[in-house]
Amino acid sequence: MSSEEKQPLLEIKDLYKEYDKKMVLNDIQLQINKGEVIVVLGPSGCGKSTLLRCLNGLEPIQGGEIKLRGKSLSGKDVDWQKIRQHIGMVFQNYDLFPNMTVIENILLGPIKVQKRDKNQVLMQAKELLDRVGLLDRIDAYPRQLSGGQKQRIAIVRALCMNPEIMLFDEVTASLDPEMVREVLEVILGLAKQGMTMIIVTHEMAFAQAVADRIVFLDAGNICEIAEPQEFFTDPKTERAKQFLNIFQY
Amino acid sequence: MQSSVISMVFTSQNLMRLMGGLLVTARIAFISIAIGSIAGIGFGLLMTSKSKWIKGICRLYLEIFRIIPILVWLYIVYFGITSALNIHLEGELVAMIVFSLWGTAEMGDIVRGALESLPRHQIESGRALGLGFWKLYRYVLIPQAVRRMLPGAINLATRMVKTTSLVVLIGVVEVVKVGQQIIEVSRFQVQTASLWIYGLLFILYFIICYPLSVLSKRLEAKWSN
Amino acid sequence: MSINWDFIINSIPLYEKAAWLTLKLAFWGILISLVIGLICSVIQYFKIRILRSIVGAYIELSRNTPLLIQLYFLYFGLTKLGLTLSENTCAIIGLSFLGGSYMSEAFRGGIEAVSKSQIESGLSLGLSKIQLARYVILPQAFSFSISSIGANCIFLLKETSIVGAIAILDLMNVTKDLIGMYYQTFESLLMLVIAYLIILLPMSFLLTWLERKVRYAEFGN
Ligand SMILES: Nc1ncnc2c1ncn2[C@@H]1O[C@H](COP(=O)(O)OP(=O)(O)O)[C@@H](O)[C@H]1O
Ligand SMILES: [Mg+2]
Repeated sequence: MSSEEKQPLLEIKDLYKEYDKKMVLNDIQLQINKGEVIVVLGPSGCGKSTLLRCLNGLEPIQGGEIKLRGKSLSGKDVDWQKIRQHIGMVFQNYDLFPNMTVIENILLGPIKVQKRDKNQVLMQAKELLDRVGLLDRIDAYPRQLSGGQKQRIAIVRALCMNPEIMLFDEVTASLDPEMVREVLEVILGLAKQGMTMIIVTHEMAFAQAVADRIVFLDAGNICEIAEPQEFFTDPKTERAKQFLNIFQY
Repeated sequence: MQSSVISMVFTSQNLMRLMGGLLVTARIAFISIAIGSIAGIGFGLLMTSKSKWIKGICRLYLEIFRIIPILVWLYIVYFGITSALNIHLEGELVAMIVFSLWGTAEMGDIVRGALESLPRHQIESGRALGLGFWKLYRYVLIPQAVRRMLPGAINLATRMVKTTSLVVLIGVVEVVKVGQQIIEVSRFQVQTASLWIYGLLFILYFIICYPLSVLSKRLEAKWSN
Repeated sequence: MSINWDFIINSIPLYEKAAWLTLKLAFWGILISLVIGLICSVIQYFKIRILRSIVGAYIELSRNTPLLIQLYFLYFGLTKLGLTLSENTCAIIGLSFLGGSYMSEAFRGGIEAVSKSQIESGLSLGLSKIQLARYVILPQAFSFSISSIGANCIFLLKETSIVGAIAILDLMNVTKDLIGMYYQTFESLLMLVIAYLIILLPMSFLLTWLERKVRYAEFGN
């Protein structure tokens, strides 16, 4: 019992990643405990998306190791299909399947992949939809929804797989300003319930409110890891200071 | 045994005759493609006209060629026009007329598509430079449009080459007909003559069309952005 | 020039019969083409070894040779090897051989149009490659390719005009026979054009309508 509690849920060691011989992530060390919320900040192109994609097996890594509950996710014989069921991910571009209704989108994974009982999943889906305020759109098609609604559904779709950790990649970046809030509130709610999350965002106030730790990434390297209070008031590195200055205006 | 069969069908004399037939096919294709391309450019310009009437008539001309099979067109001109005007037209001439008219229609649509895809501001900035109508087309629009239409035009040429095979059905003595004549003559000694001859024709057409379609695809990929 | 209406009326049953035959051949040709096209695009999508290069060769051979030669080769050539095929069977095989590659290209275009993020989104739910194809890629690819599929159907319908070359009593041959026997050239050709318009125009309108209906952006309407 206690040994499991000490073990980090996700562990990244010496992670190295390149595209066509061009380094994108280098020497990444990070441990994420159960229930912890990590916010990854950094200038555009610094490798934030790539980091999340590596954690989900969407990108192969060229060095280092990723461990989930102590089990290595590197090597040829890793069953990503299985692992991805434990790692939920929501992307910047609302990627609901346009050929399916909201509920079909949500049920696809739990029923076809996890082979769970339909009624039980349906109940869970309705409860989650209700919580994000979209129960009445259950039979809508994605095109009939606003961007903010689509992102909330995408979050529900990922949650319905009962993941142990959620990855969010700039989920509000494509949204109109008035819709940003409704999506961020859903994520804040998840944090309160103790969901383990890694969040990439450019919403600084939100980052400060939700994060347990801030990871500042620059040019593929982790420059700084700090508590939000400390990071926003007194960043240690010059790069982080410059980065935060841009956001002052 | 197999090789002796082949040598009986593909005598040097027969091969020469096939080449002669191929020349007729090539002549029809080449002239139709040439006329179709040149007239098609004019037709394409006409299709971008501002007048609703001109546009409508052009559209009608195009759609008439699109909806009715080319073989039907060959019949209409070969049997119909000749009997209506009481003149005799050689099948080869009929083929060139029909293919040129068809090529003009299709080429025109390719040219129209290319011209319409050009950004509007190019035309405006050309005007602002004081370029006249012809100069605007010559120096600004056409060079860019060529890139956008060349893949489609080559593709059209491939289609026209394939379609030339139909002219055997209106009595033109071209490569397919020559092939049939060879089969007629040699089928008593060589039962499988038709297999070899049609196999050869199949390969011949492939050898001509395949490089064209590869070229079209390459250009399209190269210029697609 | 006066039109011989009696002749036209008398010829209607002949044209009707030929038109049905044309439609029947086209129907089977298109159906089998769709099946071949689907199989080919699945093989290409899953990059199945060996089969993939066979499919590639087939597509190039079929697209870069005329239907007439394909039919002659099949009907006059292959039958010499002891294979006996009826004219109609030959016509359907020929149409399918030609159409299969066109349909396959249409599907491939549709598959390529499915965005990368849709695929990743499916992967992140843990879908297998087959599930991904079944639930995400193929339904979307189908709606992306519907307009090329429609164009191919019209194309194949028009190509049926060529099957007369292997002694099928289709619209073309009926017309040719009537011209040869009765010298009613204008009337026969008029009937021929009308017959093709009756077949092709509704088809073309139907497909335009279907295209609007099924288009990706309009799911849910
Ligand atoms: N598929 C790819 N191929 C090559 N380079 C890529 C690819 N995806 C991203 N990159 C490069 O990797 C770097 C990091 O990208 P990304 O992780 O998307 O940055 P961020 O999400 O922080 O804006 C960028 O320099 C980008 O150009
Ligand atoms: Mg990013």
